[in-house]
Amino acid sequence: MYRYDQFDQALVNARVEQFRDQTTRYLAGELAADEFKHLRLRNGLYVQRFAPMLRIAIPYGTLSSKQLRMLAHIARKYDKGYGHFTTRQNIQFNWPKLETVPDILADLATVEMHAIQTSGNCIRNITSDHLAGVARDELIDPRPYCELTRQWATEHPEFNWLPRKFKFAFSSSTTDRAATQVHDIGVHIIKNAKGEIGYEMVVGGGLGRTPIIGQVIREFLPETDLLSYSEAILRVYNLLGRRDNIYKARIKITVKETGLAKFKEMVEAEWATIKDGPLKLKREDIARFQSFFTSFDYQASAASDTSYAEHLAKDSAFAAWTKRNLKAHRQPGYAIAFLSLKARGVAPGDVTHQQMDAVADLADRYSFGELRATHNQNLVFTDVRQADLYPLWQALAALDLATPNIGLLTDVICCPGLDFCSLSNASSIAVAEEIFDRFESLDYQHDIGEIKLNMSGCMNGCGHHSVGHIGILGVDKKGEEWYQITLGGSSENKASLGDRTGPSVGREHIADAVQTIIQTYLDQRQNEEESFLACYQRVGMPPFKARLYPVAAEQAA
Amino acid sequence: MSALLSSHGVLLTDAHLLLADDESLPGDGALIVSLARWQAESTALLGRAAPVAVKLPNAIDVLSLDDKVLARPLLVLDFPSFADGRAYSQARRLRDRCGYGGLLRATGAAVVIDQLVMLLRTGFDQIQLRADQPQALAVAELLRLRQPWYQPDALQNRFVTLLRQG
Repeated sequence: MYRYDQFDQALVNARVEQFRDQTTRYLAGELAADEFKHLRLRNGLYVQRFAPMLRIAIPYGTLSSKQLRMLAHIARKYDKGYGHFTTRQNIQFNWPKLETVPDILADLATVEMHAIQTSGNCIRNITSDHLAGVARDELIDPRPYCELTRQWATEHPEFNWLPRKFKFAFSSSTTDRAATQVHDIGVHIIKNAKGEIGYEMVVGGGLGRTPIIGQVIREFLPETDLLSYSEAILRVYNLLGRRDNIYKARIKITVKETGLAKFKEMVEAEWATIKDGPLKLKREDIARFQSFFTSFDYQASAASDTSYAEHLAKDSAFAAWTKRNLKAHRQPGYAIAFLSLKARGVAPGDVTHQQMDAVADLADRYSFGELRATHNQNLVFTDVRQADLYPLWQALAALDLATPNIGLLTDVICCPGLDFCSLSNASSIAVAEEIFDRFESLDYQHDIGEIKLNMSGCMNGCGHHSVGHIGILGVDKKGEEWYQITLGGSSENKASLGDRTGPSVGREHIADAVQTIIQTYLDQRQNEEESFLACYQRVGMPPFKARLYPVAAEQAA
Repeated sequence: MSALLSSHGVLLTDAHLLLADDESLPGDGALIVSLARWQAESTALLGRAAPVAVKLPNAIDVLSLDDKVLARPLLVLDFPSFADGRAYSQARRLRDRCGYGGLLRATGAAVVIDQLVMLLRTGFDQIQLRADQPQALAVAELLRLRQPWYQPDALQNRFVTLLRQG
């Protein structure tokens, strides 16, 4: 993974001291609350319903065991003993005290971490495929390009006061696991006909209250032009983006209102004058960043292990876990193992400090001291020897991190909701739990197969409900919690936005409604191979609507 | 009156009078006028011996400015609210695309201690510090310009990877 040099360290240390000074001035009454708000947001600090919330960047989801131990320490010392992994591969702490945040940031800086630009109207954490570097369907590891972009975006003097937040996602595989088409800029690293590396640039995607699928602004951008082209897009957006209405301020609206052709023309004109300037990358710069992301020292003998097959045959619980929570690795004898943060009775994405410490130890023992956070709010050990899978599973099971539900219905993606967030209309965590209880039977879940259920507590869509195969959105009706349901959303290759089923349903009926939808799918599917999404795309809304509304209407009466 | 600082933190004496649109044109002395006034009265303004600077609204496209505006020795860019950063990009466009080589001055609600470094790194030469900002703190803040930054900018025109190999 990327390691800081003196330069990176000095920059992050300076940022800690700057924020300490800003906090001191605010507490001394020398900095107005509204202005401090903008400044603290640029350091990941929100003021939430009950307490401040600090969001810490995990660039493209890659984390070392040492960093994870520091997060455990922060949870213990400054918070209530746990953290929450988000849908953008970050981690949040929900209970720090404002006065202690500079100390938290100083602690983070000792392990090459920070909270810079994790909120506010600026360029946010760069996200990517959580399987970068190990996925079988990958063209090239996207992380060196992510790191280059991260550095370019960090404290960019021109782009700290954009019309609205701005998110990049990178992917370089045949299956898009980074939801690139619903980001402000999605970068697909590709090869052209001549075999040269470059980028398909997608712009103007986004979720929130006006979800839009991004459009291709450039089919092939040469490898060395990534930053200059990004700078051109950002400059046009900074000047053109709307500032009169927060809901129309994202680049997706700018592109929509301007029209892609005109927007592209402006970007290309901007780019023409800067493309051969100091932002043009050199091949050796890229190579230097790539040198941080070489593969681990794999053992050639790992594949000759026979214990794995023996355990599989003997232990059906282990076998169930391997079926759901493992993915094939490029290297024979190794596997990719998912740690499920979606156990029963736990808010999706939450991890305690004890779990973090234990996971850090396991990463050291079994996965080269590194792990990943996924945008589905789980963790991944990317490089586990097959002989180690059984002891790893046993250790994870003892930590309640081995629920075999990756990609299944209870692998719910969910925002913190009413319990923490002042914007939310929904107790999303409680609803997630109810759904968990309803579908707890694993056999039933396996029968349902791959499905993504996403839930957001409000229109801002932090739970990415618009791209859930089943999406649930909390809405407020005269002070009561109601839920709007959408079907058929997807952030995968052919990204699509979910269609609304009809009128929203009340809090007490939402779990029933999900069950009805699932039952309709099971009745409608051609065979077990047809996934929920494929089935919905084939049969459309009518059968779901027919089953859903008589029930809902009757119950509401 | 708020302090006018150079990019090195030196307190400047401002020879310019900021002329309101409804004020009558004085016979002599350097002026700053709005773009609207400039467009309406450029002949009269150019007829005077003293220099005339133009203050640009942050919503205009600087690419639409004519050569006479771009020949001004000083352009004043506006930051009307704390979180509105359009003039940062106006400054970059004036330098990169319009070839503007005169002085750029930042003025307005966002011209505070906490944005000084960004302003100077984006190419502003003069900082009209907001009236409530302590000048001593502002000068101290300029020390932060010496810390490492990743981007090529108005002060160190190379991308960081090159600096590291330097």
